[in-house]
Amino acid sequence: MRFVIFITSLLRGLHAYRGFILGTVKRDFQSKYRTSTLGATWSVVNPLAMIVVYTVIFSQIMSTRLPGVESVFGYSVFLCAGILTWGLFAEITARTQNVFLENANLLKKISFPRISLPVIVVLNAGLNFTIVFGLFTIFLIISGNFPGWVFFAIFPILAIQILFSVGLGMVLGVLNVFFRDVGQFFNIALQFWFWLTPIIYPADILPQHLRSLLVFNPMAPLMQAYQGILVLGQWPHWGSLIPVMLTSLAFCSLGLHLFRKHAGELVDEL
Amino acid sequence: MGQIQVNNLGKAYKQYSGRWARLAEWLTPGNAVRHQLKWVLQDITFNIQPGEAVGIIGINGAGKSTLLKLITGTAQPTTGHVSISGQVAALLELGMGFHPDFTGRQNAIMAGQLLGMTAQEVTDLMPQIEAFAEIGEYIDSPVRVYSSGMQMRLAFSVATVKRPDVLIVDEALSVGDAYFQHKSFDRIRQFQKAGTTLLIVSHDKAAIQSICDQAILLKAGRLVMQGKPEAVMDYYNAISAAHQQQEISQFILANGSIQTVSGNGQASIESALLTDTTDQKIEIIEVGSTVRLVVEVWAQSDLPELVVGFMIKDRLGQQVFGTNSHHCRQPLAQIKKGERIRYLFEFNANIGPGHYTIALALHTKDTHLENNYEWRDQALLFEVVNNQQDEFVGTAWLKPSLKIHL
Repeated sequence: MRFVIFITSLLRGLHAYRGFILGTVKRDFQSKYRTSTLGATWSVVNPLAMIVVYTVIFSQIMSTRLPGVESVFGYSVFLCAGILTWGLFAEITARTQNVFLENANLLKKISFPRISLPVIVVLNAGLNFTIVFGLFTIFLIISGNFPGWVFFAIFPILAIQILFSVGLGMVLGVLNVFFRDVGQFFNIALQFWFWLTPIIYPADILPQHLRSLLVFNPMAPLMQAYQGILVLGQWPHWGSLIPVMLTSLAFCSLGLHLFRKHAGELVDEL
Repeated sequence: MGQIQVNNLGKAYKQYSGRWARLAEWLTPGNAVRHQLKWVLQDITFNIQPGEAVGIIGINGAGKSTLLKLITGTAQPTTGHVSISGQVAALLELGMGFHPDFTGRQNAIMAGQLLGMTAQEVTDLMPQIEAFAEIGEYIDSPVRVYSSGMQMRLAFSVATVKRPDVLIVDEALSVGDAYFQHKSFDRIRQFQKAGTTLLIVSHDKAAIQSICDQAILLKAGRLVMQGKPEAVMDYYNAISAAHQQQEISQFILANGSIQTVSGNGQASIESALLTDTTDQKIEIIEVGSTVRLVVEVWAQSDLPELVVGFMIKDRLGQQVFGTNSHHCRQPLAQIKKGERIRYLFEFNANIGPGHYTIALALHTKDTHLENNYEWRDQALLFEVVNNQQDEFVGTAWLKPSLKIHL
């Protein structure tokens, strides 16, 4: 019951400060290119360059082929399906875990709903992802690799992934205020995690004993679902996503619990 | 609207013995406690009625800022609670969250949103914000080209564009030029007249005494005195003298005001009176007349040095004139225990009509901060009247002459 009251008070605070949240998202986005002459163009050019690197270079110059896939762009699509979505995950978790430390001054001086801060991070990362993934989708359509209706199965998977990222980010964010080593540790862990997840390589090149360990990696089924949809046009195995879903919910409630319990002490530590 | 109730408020920070102690506490099942509480505020209780202006004073580290943080809600109390009715605006850190690359106008909107206004509301109030800030066309330039004074003007204008029920000010007014300080002070006074409750932290005695109805003195995290600003200020002044072994006492005088006496007691003021040039005791003084201040001092122990000083203060407690025997180049040295010494200061009362008090001090060197033998506020009261000079206003009498050339 108290948890329900806590959640409603969080939502009420978010609603009251929606202007501030949206304003900050807009400002954060603008501020990156504010002083440059081309302005907002850069926010498209940067991700475009990234897509070009993954598609043109891997398909045309290095002629990398994905076993079992005919298309020239097979490996490029495979790569983008993993890297772009992993980028969203990494951005949300890495920024959420620092969000309280980075805004220490604001938190100490001004009374406002603190939960706005992680929400701003998620919206910001979502905006960046929308641009890069939008460009990638355009590439899929132009190059004739658009998988059809199955494409829309991406959105529920993205929802699960965001939930997982926010939950993990919140847990780390609160812990990082009290134990600053958490942030350092996670940045390193994130790098290993990237290479231990089948993103730039397909899972089946892994030796059997390593592949069986993938069940403990919540990001692996998500990545495999994206790759399945975009490369092979396969509907995801929803069943394989249930453990991730549960892990996400667990992280979210742990994150909110830590946040509720330590919100007061948090400001004292900053 | 605008009532502040602070009940048994306390704030403690957790102190852990080492780096691992907190982790151990978090991970140990049950409620093992591995920290000590460091109390920075304790047992604070007071009540502020709507429309009242209250000043909070205390030396650095007394807990003033922590108290404000608890009242505004940025920090959470360890014990007790605060309840405030109505809308609160806090001028704690002006210009917080300004982004240098955005224009003043954009930053004003963001700052307004951070205070809980909608973008539309801020946009509607923009003409008033611009008019008050008086930064001209800079409003459409990025904040990074602003001077710090301009940033603070804009921030103040945004924070006070709407009259809040409660306004909390933390020495924010010490920045900006004299003109803007004046202007912002006027706005605060206007708010107060319109019914806003004020809570001000400041070291500026004049500001507290001229604007506040009440003052609260904090010392080492506790509320040690609450009352009229003059009395609290006098007491504060007494405790800020560095010497620790001194007693402070306060008496209520016949006219209802409070006299503060402090000091280590090594010398005391036996008597003090104001006389005219014929040595008749007086309490009413004509503007410009010659007055004598006679002070008798009794050395309670051997003193290496003795300086006697006096300070005339006006009705609001503002200093009008003060000097001492050190500045008059007559400090006495090597005084034996039991000696009685009579000091006679003579001066012309070139001050305006009104009520005044005289504070007396016995100490060494040029201030009472080091060896405070005795400090007595409101030792004498007198009134200045004007029956002989041409009419004038103000606290100083400058005896003008006028020549007109046609």
